[in-house]
Amino acid sequence: MAHPLIQADLSLSLSGKKSVFELAVELSIEPGELLVITGSSGSGKTTLLRILAGLEKKALGKIHSGTHIWQDSATKTFLPPQKRPVGMVFQQYALFPNMTVRENIAYALPKGASPTIIMEMLEIKKLIELADNYPHQLSGGQQQRVALARALVRQPALLLLDEPLSALDPAMRGRLQDFIRETHQQHQLTTVLVTHNEDEIRQLATRVICLEHGKISAQGSPDVIFPQKKNMLKGIWLGVEGQVAKVKIGDNEVLVSFAHSTTPLPNSGDWVWVSFGVEGAVFLKKEGQ
Amino acid sequence: MNTGFGQTLQLTLRLASCTTLLLFIFGFPLAYWLAHTRSRLRMWVESLVSLPLVLPPTVIGFYLLLAFSPENVLGRWLHDIFGIQLVFSFAGLVVGSLIYSLPFMVQPLQAGLEAMPPQLIEASYLLGKSRWTTLRRVILPNIRASLWSGAILTFAHTVGEFGVVLMIGGNIPGQTRVASIAIFEEVESLNFGQAHQYAATLMILSFLMLLAFYWLNQHNRQWRIR
Repeated sequence: MAHPLIQADLSLSLSGKKSVFELAVELSIEPGELLVITGSSGSGKTTLLRILAGLEKKALGKIHSGTHIWQDSATKTFLPPQKRPVGMVFQQYALFPNMTVRENIAYALPKGASPTIIMEMLEIKKLIELADNYPHQLSGGQQQRVALARALVRQPALLLLDEPLSALDPAMRGRLQDFIRETHQQHQLTTVLVTHNEDEIRQLATRVICLEHGKISAQGSPDVIFPQKKNMLKGIWLGVEGQVAKVKIGDNEVLVSFAHSTTPLPNSGDWVWVSFGVEGAVFLKKEGQ
Repeated sequence: MNTGFGQTLQLTLRLASCTTLLLFIFGFPLAYWLAHTRSRLRMWVESLVSLPLVLPPTVIGFYLLLAFSPENVLGRWLHDIFGIQLVFSFAGLVVGSLIYSLPFMVQPLQAGLEAMPPQLIEASYLLGKSRWTTLRRVILPNIRASLWSGAILTFAHTVGEFGVVLMIGGNIPGQTRVASIAIFEEVESLNFGQAHQYAATLMILSFLMLLAFYWLNQHNRQWRIR
């Protein structure tokens, strides 16, 4: 078996919505895999990605990539983000508003590198006709394609994607999922994707890590993880913290509150997903919806 | 138009230009720190920076006069070591204007930096770019409207200052006699014609600068960072 691309043992104190908690994670990232990190919001997913990128200086522990040390708090070694072979795509695209698509991609070109890669990238990622547009003239999906192309120009060893599709509509999500999968296959690029979207995990992941309150609660291939962490994952996908359960509505039973006023009301005999909060069982959605 | 008028106007514009340029150089790091820090010192520094907005200019002028005086430690030290005399000199006017116009540069820059998504800076670092390249190619172009607002307001405010200049600069033609002081002197000498000349020039100049400021603001609203 090949050596892991990244080995990390990290900790950082985080202030969550309710309390301060410790992000403490030990993980290895294998070459060529598409690792999905999932967990409810505030569980530390994005922070973990930012630590790998070198954007959180205060993290303790170490990150090794082969013989290269990216970070080691014991020896006060810290490789700044500029020196890490990492590409990152943010949830909100982070394209430079003052530059056209072509200029955004050209900006990533390292000193002395051949500029032909810019044209190649525009062609491969089907961005030629958008090359002279500014970010504000593009749709969300187009912006995210440009952000991905820009991250690839430096030919990173590790690609980090922080909920890249969460701001897009469902149709665009599907197309961008294909785009990410193609990119991963074309470049054989080790990729870490943070998401809490069920479809993205099913479509893209070669391995899944579940993060709960800063700790890894389960990891493995999607086939293993899905049955094992069914109720926790369902909670994440439905956007609630903690456990959810599938229950059957009996006659004359009333669920206390409704997650969304637009959600159609369940009828007696329906199977529904509910979460349990201080106010009682909260109806989330009907089974199969 | 007499030579005194030209000389005074030139001095006024020179003072405003020096102040604007120096305040950009010193004000930018301060605005950047204020926009990004989580330090408890922030509110103290913000209050200090904003002080010239509420204090009578004569208060600032009075304390600067005391500080710069060769009779006091700072003034004597500057004079003995560097041969600089800040009281009743152009250099003194520049220092006074830097303090007096500080909020007019720092506040727009800070607002511009706060409005800029921090991911733009992080994205630049992750694309291998240094802090300097990021400043030049990403930060400054994306806060250019704030940059121009700060520059225009600082320039206009320095042209219009009176109290601080009078306290520490006096009224030396060619050295410290700026337009606002000249108006005061001409009115005292009942030369209303001369006073009109200065006053009208300042009014038109200030109006045009504010026009530019509001035009930029409107332009900036149409061009949003996404």
